[in-house]
Amino acid sequence: MNVMAPFEGIGASVKRKEDLRFLSGRGQYTDDINRPGQLHAYILRSPHAHARITALDVAAAKAMPGVRAVYTSADMAAVGGIPCGWQIHNKDGTPMAEPKHPVLAEGKVRHVGDPVAVVVADTRPQARDAAEAIAVEYDVLPSATTMAHAQAPGAPAVHDDVPSNLCYDWHIGEKGAVDAAFAQATHRVVFETTNNRLVPNAMEPRAAIGDYDTTSGEHTLYTTSQNPHVIRLLMGAFVLNIPESRLRVVAPDVGGGFGSKIYHYAEEAIVTWAAHKLGRPVKWTADRTESFMSDAHGRDHVTRAELALDAEGTFLALRVHTQANMGAYLSTFAPCVPTYLYATLLAGVYKTPAIYAEVKAVFTNTVPVDAYRGAGRPEATYLLERLVDVAARQCGFDKLELRRRNFIATDAFPYQTPVALEYDSGDYFSTLSQALETADWHGFEARRAEAKARGRLRGIGISTYLEACGIAPSAVVGSLGARAGLYEVGTIRVHPTGSVTVLTGAHSHGQGHETTFAQLVSDKLGVPVNMVDIVHGDTAKVPFGMGTYGSRSLAVGGSAMDKAMDKIIAKGRRIAAHLMEASVEDIEFDRGTFRVAGTDKTKALAEISLAAYVPHNYPHDELEPGLEETAFYDPKNFTYPGGCHIAEVEIEPETGKVHMVNFTAVDDVGRVINPMIVEGQVQGGVAQGIGQALLEACVYDEGGQLLSASMMDYTMPRADDLAPVSVATHVTLCTHNPLGVKGCGEVGAIGSPPAVMNAVVDALRDFGVNHVEMPATPPKIWSIIHGKNGA
Amino acid sequence: MYDFAYHKPSSVADAVKLLAADPDAKAVSGGHTLIPALKHRLNKPTSLVDLSGIAEMKGIRREGNAIVIGALTKHEAVATSAEVKAAIPVLAFVAKHIGDTQVRNRGTLGGSVANNDPAADYPAAVLGLGATVHTSKRKVAADEFFLGMFTTALEADEILTAISFPIPEKAGYAKMRNPASRYVMAGAFVSKGPMGVRVAINGAGPCVFRQAAMEAALSANWSADAVAAIMQDADGLNSDIHGSAEYRAHLVTVMAKRAVLAAG
Ligand SMILES: Cc1cc2nc3c(=O)[nH]c(=O)nc-3n(C[C@H](O)[C@H](O)[C@H](O)COP(=O)(O)OP(=O)(O)OC[C@H]3O[C@@H](n4cnc5c(N)ncnc54)[C@H](O)[C@@H]3O)c2cc1C
Repeated sequence: MNVMAPFEGIGASVKRKEDLRFLSGRGQYTDDINRPGQLHAYILRSPHAHARITALDVAAAKAMPGVRAVYTSADMAAVGGIPCGWQIHNKDGTPMAEPKHPVLAEGKVRHVGDPVAVVVADTRPQARDAAEAIAVEYDVLPSATTMAHAQAPGAPAVHDDVPSNLCYDWHIGEKGAVDAAFAQATHRVVFETTNNRLVPNAMEPRAAIGDYDTTSGEHTLYTTSQNPHVIRLLMGAFVLNIPESRLRVVAPDVGGGFGSKIYHYAEEAIVTWAAHKLGRPVKWTADRTESFMSDAHGRDHVTRAELALDAEGTFLALRVHTQANMGAYLSTFAPCVPTYLYATLLAGVYKTPAIYAEVKAVFTNTVPVDAYRGAGRPEATYLLERLVDVAARQCGFDKLELRRRNFIATDAFPYQTPVALEYDSGDYFSTLSQALETADWHGFEARRAEAKARGRLRGIGISTYLEACGIAPSAVVGSLGARAGLYEVGTIRVHPTGSVTVLTGAHSHGQGHETTFAQLVSDKLGVPVNMVDIVHGDTAKVPFGMGTYGSRSLAVGGSAMDKAMDKIIAKGRRIAAHLMEASVEDIEFDRGTFRVAGTDKTKALAEISLAAYVPHNYPHDELEPGLEETAFYDPKNFTYPGGCHIAEVEIEPETGKVHMVNFTAVDDVGRVINPMIVEGQVQGGVAQGIGQALLEACVYDEGGQLLSASMMDYTMPRADDLAPVSVATHVTLCTHNPLGVKGCGEVGAIGSPPAVMNAVVDALRDFGVNHVEMPATPPKIWSIIHGKNGA
Repeated sequence: MYDFAYHKPSSVADAVKLLAADPDAKAVSGGHTLIPALKHRLNKPTSLVDLSGIAEMKGIRREGNAIVIGALTKHEAVATSAEVKAAIPVLAFVAKHIGDTQVRNRGTLGGSVANNDPAADYPAAVLGLGATVHTSKRKVAADEFFLGMFTTALEADEILTAISFPIPEKAGYAKMRNPASRYVMAGAFVSKGPMGVRVAINGAGPCVFRQAAMEAALSANWSADAVAAIMQDADGLNSDIHGSAEYRAHLVTVMAKRAVLAAG
């Protein structure tokens, strides 16, 4: 009898293999790791937004119980500054301002939370006690926390060598063509908005352990990273001057990243350096407040956009001026977020023929800002999708018709936008119509009337979005200023008896790679998912890979695995040909079985692998033993997921509270490997998007104090803040990677905020409201309603 | 957290002795307010006197026309008590809506009321019902108990042992939560009964307070409309990143209306 194994390949909702470990508390996170003889570091941070350090006396701290060392920047003179991984050039061709980012403050602190000194002691409380005994005298300087303030005449300079606080002044697109189109336009629509600053708040705070082996001279860093190889490269080469062969970076289980764990942080260098100095392991773990003050924040744009339309509503041109807050220092990828991950997305799903965008990046006395789930694309999408709604209302067009009129036609791919990108595939009409139907868009007015009878204001909002991910072609990003390649690597190791270990440079910190990647192997090689192990996150095990961000793991990392499996199959066919005495051309392979074409002669993959490792009967003249292949895959283009999100909200007029009542997502993420994981990723992203739209605000006061520095004041979305999220997909395949996949990690956070805000504005349509800034908090909504009532 | 000594007395008398002997000692009940403060190093007691082993501070019982609840009673116990639900259902409702499941299974009535956080729930019920606070020394009327932000009539070596809640004819509670902390942004507890008509406002100001104009209006006409017309003065109310004093003042009226509707 032939029992069919359940199908676990591409398209199956296989339950996540990793969840048993996570849900039963058996994950191994950085803070779970304890090395023999481990010491503990506590970092003394600046309480001021901007100050000169006039005196720093650590003598009393050094004498405290259990203290092994106290370090300041004076002790770390040989340590380099934290490098930036992307260089943007100004309009005039000169490079951006790139002031030094010291590991510990050198004479000056530039934001609340800036590291000043580090205490290493036997226990963490001892280190913290001693940090309180460090005597620091500050000469507090005026600070600039908003970009408007930082650019005002006479503003304090965050860096003495950048008196203008301007990091760069960059542009893209054809200014002349845009100006000419505006001159011809029937309608000109102006829209100004702020994209609110967010704190990522991964569930697991950052942590790092430095370890030094005095016998081998090898350094090991355990860290909460999305990309251990990138950390090894940046920290080894630029900060601590350790050759790659002597530096191992391990990123074990990581409890969420959302971008904030891409970057190389000072604490990683501090523990690695201190472990070497002291000859003992040194651990640092952030508490939540520290995370608020030291993890890179997200978003924080101020933008003015203008759209030119003809009489029928065809978009003629788009002009955008954006200021992007960099914070006090350039975090690893900060400069590329408001430029190549933002302005290049300004065509969206529309065939706007002329686009010009200027972006100024500004230093302020705040925590550095870098990529956060979506990175630039949520900002672009929010701008465009609000702007289209504003234009529809101002010019009297139906918001759906206006979108459809300007959509890129389904047969127009590949489609070259005026802002550098070439889209390979998409079908915006279908995702729109599917979402309209699921959300019962046309039945909305009846629901609005019913809500009104209950005293609620109901609104519906739509967003038809596109994003660029699967980053990225190395040569392209290199020409745009990236100081890294963005290929990915995968090794397929078929063991003698046929189980498989995959080594991947991608890193899973919640995305479910251990399942999705195993499904790729199961689908192609016919090995059951539970016989496929995914190894990632350790530079000592995995070849040099680039990690996980920008929804790249499947599109780039999965493609590398696919190429490596092609090599396995090619070699396997030759072994099979030898064993079955046939010619290689006659060997077919399908899901684990090699067959001589047209015969019933077969060999299973496990028989082939056994022959490869026990090569008694083996074609030694032409083949090496073993069955293990590595492939590096450099993508030919970005991938372009897109789709339609529809939000429905109800507002309580008495309190201004916005209730999410419904959310519909129809996304084109390319080929779907595991529908359940895609649904989870989209739901999580939508939750973050709703958080940005309704709840989350990182607030500094004028003196530069972070007012929203804990969960007591920073509103993370909770289950009851959300609505039922209906997730569906409508697939067009990516045309340039072997799997046809696009990526699903960020679409939820990218598409949803404008859908929610369009719904909020729609709910307030009787109040003459044109725009509401995010987050739409109760007092904000209340004052709009209250102002209108004149009460 | 700084180092401290730890005591676990089994009687109120012993606990008082321990507190009196050390001016920097602190009582701890559920620890859900105090322990986070210690972890943040915002508080540096030399010793903690853990009250949780004191049997005489536990339990819920009916005494005549009042429900008496021991200070150590957890929020969840109040929320699910048949005795409370039968006599003062709104008190069970208040407890059921404090924090989350973990908080309700650790936090205590005594700890909450002794702490007198302006954004806490229970103080509104205590003041709004005209309850009597029993301590290791005396009995204090609610009107004399809440003195200001995080300040009560309790002395350093005085322990809150129980609270006696008179059973009202009707009572209701409504609150708007702070979206981040989920504590109270503005709340109103209204009641009518042996202690007269009372309206206690929490969350909005630095300390729970009685809203005299609303009490007068409700005494004349117990209806939501009666309070709807009364505007709370924004002067002196809390103002922060979650809402201005004006917004909170507005919420006071909205919550009072809802509380009256809930009271029926
Ligand atoms: C995440 C979270 C959310 C919360 N949300 C809410 C909310 O929505 N609404 C709300 O009202 N509360 C909320 N709380 C507070 C919670 O209800 C606390 O448990 C309560 O405020 C204090 O009770 P406790 O028993 O934990 O007190 P403890 O933390 O043990 O003590 C608090 C203070 O009271 C003193 N004290 C304790 N018991 C006595 C006593 N018997 N006599 C004299 N002094 C005493 C202590 O010395 C200390 O100063 C929340 C707490 C947390 C952690």
